[in-house]
Amino acid sequence: MAMRQRTPKGAGRGMPVQKGVLGRTIKMLFKSYPKMVPITLVLIIVNAIISSIPSVFMERIFTVVGDALKAIADGKIAVNAGWTAYGAEIIKYMLILISLYVVSLISGAINKQLLAIITQGFLKKTREQMFNGMQDLPIKYFDTHNNGDIMSYYTNDIDALRQMVGESIPQLITSSIMVITLFFIMLWYSVWLMLVVLIGIVFILLVTKKVGGGAGKYFLAQQRATGKMEGFIEEMMNGQKVVKVFCHEEEAKADFDKVNDFLCDQSNRAHRYANMLMPILGNIGHVMYVIVAILGGVFILNGVGNVSLGVAVGSVVSIIGIPLVVSFLQMTRQFFNNINQVSNQVNSVVMGIAGAKRLFDLIDEKPEVDNGYVTLVNAKEVDDEIVECEEFTKMWAWKHPHGDGTTTYTKLCGDVVLSEVDFEYEEGKPVLHDVTIFAKPGQKVAFVGATGAGKTTITNLINRFYDIADGKIRYDGININKIKKADLRRSLGIVLQETNLFTGTVMDNIRYGKLNATDDECIAAAKLAGADDFITRLPDGYNTLLTGNGANLSQGQRQLVAIARAAVADPPVMILDEATSSIDTRTEAIVSRGMDALMQGRTVFVIAHRLSTVRNSDVIIVLDHGRIIERGSHEKLIEERGQYYQLYTGAFELE
Amino acid sequence: MIKKLAKSIREYKVASILSPLFVSLEVVLECLIPWIISKLVASIDVSVVEEINIYDIIKYGGILIGMAILSLACGALSGMFCAKASTGFAKNLRKDMYYKIQNFSFENIDKFSTASLVTRMTTDVNNVQFSYMMIIRIAVRGPLMIVFSLVMAFVMGGSLGWIFVAVIPPLTLFLLLLAKKAMPLFKRVFKKYDNLNESIQENIRGMRVVKSFNREEYEKKKFDKAATDVQIDFTKAERILAMNNPIMQFFFYGVLCATLWIGSYVILKYAGATVNVGEVSQLIVYGMQVLMSLMMVSMVFVMIIMSAESARRVVEVLDEKSTLASPENAITEVKDGSIEFKGVKFKYSAAAERFVLDDINLSIKSGETIGIIGGTGSSKTSLVNLISRLYDVTEGSVSVGGRDVREYDLTALRNQVAVVLQKNELFSGSIKENLRWGNPNATDEEMETVCKLAQADEFIRSFPDGYDTHIEQGGTNVSGGQKQRLCIARALLKNPKILILDDSTSAVDTRTDKLIRDGLKSYAPETTKIIIAQRTSSVEDADRIIVIDGGKIDAVGSHKELLGSNAIYTEVYTTQNKGGNGDGNETKNP
Repeated sequence: MAMRQRTPKGAGRGMPVQKGVLGRTIKMLFKSYPKMVPITLVLIIVNAIISSIPSVFMERIFTVVGDALKAIADGKIAVNAGWTAYGAEIIKYMLILISLYVVSLISGAINKQLLAIITQGFLKKTREQMFNGMQDLPIKYFDTHNNGDIMSYYTNDIDALRQMVGESIPQLITSSIMVITLFFIMLWYSVWLMLVVLIGIVFILLVTKKVGGGAGKYFLAQQRATGKMEGFIEEMMNGQKVVKVFCHEEEAKADFDKVNDFLCDQSNRAHRYANMLMPILGNIGHVMYVIVAILGGVFILNGVGNVSLGVAVGSVVSIIGIPLVVSFLQMTRQFFNNINQVSNQVNSVVMGIAGAKRLFDLIDEKPEVDNGYVTLVNAKEVDDEIVECEEFTKMWAWKHPHGDGTTTYTKLCGDVVLSEVDFEYEEGKPVLHDVTIFAKPGQKVAFVGATGAGKTTITNLINRFYDIADGKIRYDGININKIKKADLRRSLGIVLQETNLFTGTVMDNIRYGKLNATDDECIAAAKLAGADDFITRLPDGYNTLLTGNGANLSQGQRQLVAIARAAVADPPVMILDEATSSIDTRTEAIVSRGMDALMQGRTVFVIAHRLSTVRNSDVIIVLDHGRIIERGSHEKLIEERGQYYQLYTGAFELE
Repeated sequence: MIKKLAKSIREYKVASILSPLFVSLEVVLECLIPWIISKLVASIDVSVVEEINIYDIIKYGGILIGMAILSLACGALSGMFCAKASTGFAKNLRKDMYYKIQNFSFENIDKFSTASLVTRMTTDVNNVQFSYMMIIRIAVRGPLMIVFSLVMAFVMGGSLGWIFVAVIPPLTLFLLLLAKKAMPLFKRVFKKYDNLNESIQENIRGMRVVKSFNREEYEKKKFDKAATDVQIDFTKAERILAMNNPIMQFFFYGVLCATLWIGSYVILKYAGATVNVGEVSQLIVYGMQVLMSLMMVSMVFVMIIMSAESARRVVEVLDEKSTLASPENAITEVKDGSIEFKGVKFKYSAAAERFVLDDINLSIKSGETIGIIGGTGSSKTSLVNLISRLYDVTEGSVSVGGRDVREYDLTALRNQVAVVLQKNELFSGSIKENLRWGNPNATDEEMETVCKLAQADEFIRSFPDGYDTHIEQGGTNVSGGQKQRLCIARALLKNPKILILDDSTSAVDTRTDKLIRDGLKSYAPETTKIIIAQRTSSVEDADRIIVIDGGKIDAVGSHKELLGSNAIYTEVYTTQNKGGNGDGNETKNP
């Protein structure tokens, strides 16, 4: 229901609204609906102009009525003959008015329908542009931006955009055109009275600036207080069980009251200003109305000569009379209503522009660059030669097109070499120094080291989530920079430290690893990962629906599903990054057996905290502050009695 | 539901009454203003009065300006009170919910889930607040405006007022029809919209998975489908709502034309004797007010109905009864740290088929150290959660210090039974502030002592700010092992009779783990210690080790007794210790 939330947060970020954002939004609108948008625009304008002219006809009709009454008073016609004598003229005006209204109604109805279509279509297009663009952004973007922040593009900022495109801009156009039209009509009728109205406008602008500005300021403060409040609630709700265990309820209440009272205070101020603006503006309108009426009376009384455009061309009477004042009053009312509308909309347009600016920033983010040209293909060996083929053969080859037009195929073996690799996430803070690793096909290579030693970083580099600063990484002898990223990643199965499952059934989640996998393949993978046992015990087995990142599963069970997901992809090389950290050692042994069978003859990288997980690796690499300090098999490292030995025996800590 | 919500208005009752009161006054004044204006206009209309009287103009003008100022004051005051009442109401709602949640048992919290509680206290309360603001201001203003405007229309225009009366029923019908058609659509589409946003969130969170499986295109397609679905439904709903405007315009124009036509006819027919020009023009103003108010009422109506779902979700929390409460005449003194499980059966919900714990009989002496070992999902945590009465047994009984836990005052019991939870949390604030959760009056020396015991003192001192180091929300600026040790220290500060460590040293290396256990032994010999662990090394030196499997006790005994005789224990031990150099000692001490 976020759609109904007021004051999008985007406006609160307080960045200066850049010029060109509005222009770009409008350009995008025209581009999305090159026919509908101009049509709608024309219809809005027609509707606005027609809506502002009834006063003209009122003046006409009342003038006729006045003439008739005068004629009666002068005895020119009989008392009850007014309608017979002047009715025809009145009906003529009425019919013109009615036909104008019919036009306005039709144009209004069509433009509202078009507007609904345009707004939603435009929003969908923008959303898609954002989302699709986002899929192609480098991992770095997600590592350096808060998830909640990215999310608010899709909620708050999109809402601000919807409000602006669907409501504020059309309303602003309508109101502005009505104000302008009325302004000229009023000038047409009477310059003197118009001058009075102008004084009122200045007054309204002042009030809007003062009160409206105050509201804006406090709405920002309210937004900040809300953020604080939400943060507090989130933290406390997450720690609610700890609160209970420590009987900390009373203190938690006291802390909450403070934050809650502050929010109430801020939002009270904001709403007070906002609620007061309307009656104040409305009544200024009333006062202006009264002043116009009094002055009109005074003018009539003194027979003041009228000065106006209308008089100049002779179509309006040169003496201010009652019909003129009455319709002028009507126009004054309409005029102020519309001025109020404009001042109401300006705020939300400003917020919409701020939202649009943020959306454009996301859309304009630079996508991940990929200059790779070596691709991964299924292959088979025919007469000792590697040949590309369509079907899945459990054998892959790198297809390497060369400058001279020839193509060579290199069999995928899983030979990964890092030579003298340096890397830093932030400038000046190197994470890896001079790291050289050889992973021979079929080997299991383990990384061990304290938090921040650079274990996960190495896997980030192998699959090119990040690019190395110096050194080389070769995959089967090919520099990975030459390999197409999608194919490189296809050749690497990764189970990550943090498990992420998607909304859908358990089966869907496993199938994520290989979209065309059959149910049997998925179940086989689950069995291999030791997940079949618990899945079959779930209420709906493989069809159990997982929501909220698998909230209904335990951390260990989530990891098992993630491993099954990677297993079904059946990748040539596998990276297991703390993949079994929450699984008990007995189950882990089952998983380990399964994975060993699957990865027979293929390369596996293992990162683990638990030494029992890495013990049976072919090579164990001990990292410390981005440097390799030891390498070798478990037995060799124990014999060396170095850092690994100390870690293993507990003399050092891992974290 | 409304009654329940209304209880949270409390000190904002006055403001909640004053707001509609001032709105009513404003409406009355606003309705009188056009009437006086028509008087004013009449006073300058030569066809009505013989001679224009300047004093009449000034008189009516003065009255009008006075009324406008009064109306402004009323409007502003009502706005002020409305802001006060609605924000205050929201504050009280949040407070009531939060206080209620503080009394929730673990079972209640599980039922709602943390994420849902957060939304209920934020978004849902906001929606209710918005509706409340509407109700005490706009919803009062609208109908009043209609009634008064109609009355005034009759006062001024006589039988011309019937034009407006005639318009109200069909217009109301149309508006209701629209609302009825649009509302279910909106309900559905908002739900879809929420789902869309949820899936975006999932995508952002799982971006590494998406990228490593090369699922960018798949995700785009999935999103396109969902986004198109939302677009289609939203467009449908909005198009229905977009009919609102032309229908209003139709009636508005109709009324305007009818008033003008009939009005001028009547004026001429009776030569201005019944109505005059000023009155007819003001009649149109009233007509406008009636129609605008009708539209406002219909909009408010829709909004209130749409936020009813939020109100329901708020009330659900307020109505929730805590499944655990201290009994009357509760015992406040826990005699010692002995624990007894008698025929305990336990399941999380009555509807569940399988017992999570089945037929547990166990007696633990005060001061004993007990280790618990078992696989993922074997109900180790469920077992210890019964001791501090975080959940109640389904059958059987759990006693602490010789008395059933259900006889104790909850605070007294939990102060003596300290639990270091598996999923533990630190709160934003300094290390000292976090430690003081255990004991608000703890001195610096006491804190140091427990931190030394928990092997935390050393790393705390290595921080530039020492014990005053600020902990980020969720404890993200300390490592997992450090966090666990801080949590242990925090629990130790309570100086409890029973200390439960639920897998609390999993991220701590074996040597430090041992130091902590040794420290506990010498520092608190009388305290009963229960240690749940994955590693056998963590429980080896316990007096007794309980092996749990599938919610049942598989075996109880010392390390020596179990090793070799109990299959599960032996298997866990060997998987963790195999591949060593033969001399098993190596896995423990260098």
